[in-house]
Amino acid sequence: MELGRVVGKVVCTVKDPKLHGIRLLLVEPLNHRLQAVAAPFVAADSVGAGRGEIVYYETAREAPFAFPTVQPPIDAAIIGIVDTVQ
Amino acid sequence: MKLAKVIGSVVSTIKNDTLRGAKLLLVQPLNLQQQPTGRAAVAVDTVDAGVGDIVLVVEEGRAARERFGATSPVRSVIVGVVDKVDVRAVENHDGTRTV
Amino acid sequence: MRLGKVVGTVVATQKDPKLTGNKLLVIREMQLDGSLKEDFSVAVDTVGAGVGECVLVCAGSSARLARNLQDCPVDAAVIGIVDTVEHDGKVVFKK
Repeated sequence: MELGRVVGKVVCTVKDPKLHGIRLLLVEPLNHRLQAVAAPFVAADSVGAGRGEIVYYETAREAPFAFPTVQPPIDAAIIGIVDTVQ
Repeated sequence: MKLAKVIGSVVSTIKNDTLRGAKLLLVQPLNLQQQPTGRAAVAVDTVDAGVGDIVLVVEEGRAARERFGATSPVRSVIVGVVDKVDVRAVENHDGTRTV
Repeated sequence: MRLGKVVGTVVATQKDPKLTGNKLLVIREMQLDGSLKEDFSVAVDTVGAGVGECVLVCAGSSARLARNLQDCPVDAAVIGIVDTVEHDGKVVFKK
């Protein structure tokens, strides 16, 4: 899992049926000092994260498991909101 | 998937067991102008491609495992021979066009 | 997922039988300022996208979870047509 910051969102009307009802957020990858390390990408939100929040996400084949009953075609999913990083 | 040109074949006697009978080709990745870019790689052919063909290469292990068995340690598989690539100029945000 | 722009199509007659009937699109990754990266990939269309459209691309094994791609040897699928992209509170892309 990696840390990221929610910096925006993406809206699609035409999309895979399994993506209906799933929010798509722009996430900026962060290092442990919470500095941006790469350009933002799109992740599916499974926890109700909002703009500016620090989150952690999983990529690749594990991402669909964030929505176990649906298994949508996603390669990145936000799976937690960070309270503190020490 | 990536587009690549078949530039040769690779013959190997001593190889992973799952690759017995598999045809290995040397493929050179192409850019949008169909010019060589980056380093040539080895891919398993599943569609009877030949030298000179432009092919579609999948980089995803499950495709190989379905074909060559659950323990096949392969990721690059040729899944199509390309007839035509049609690339158009598209409008950018700032009104300019890119090919 | 990555944002991309559809810049072309690929036709292949001789292909894995499981790919039959799928439209192959040439996609260039789009950055948030609207510019396109030089690199490109070929992705299977699952939503009826066309050249010039901004799309959402799912890469890797998860692409197989897209509509009608179960058991297909693919590593990238177009899974959505983008209407808007909002970055830092500003709409940076609108269809």
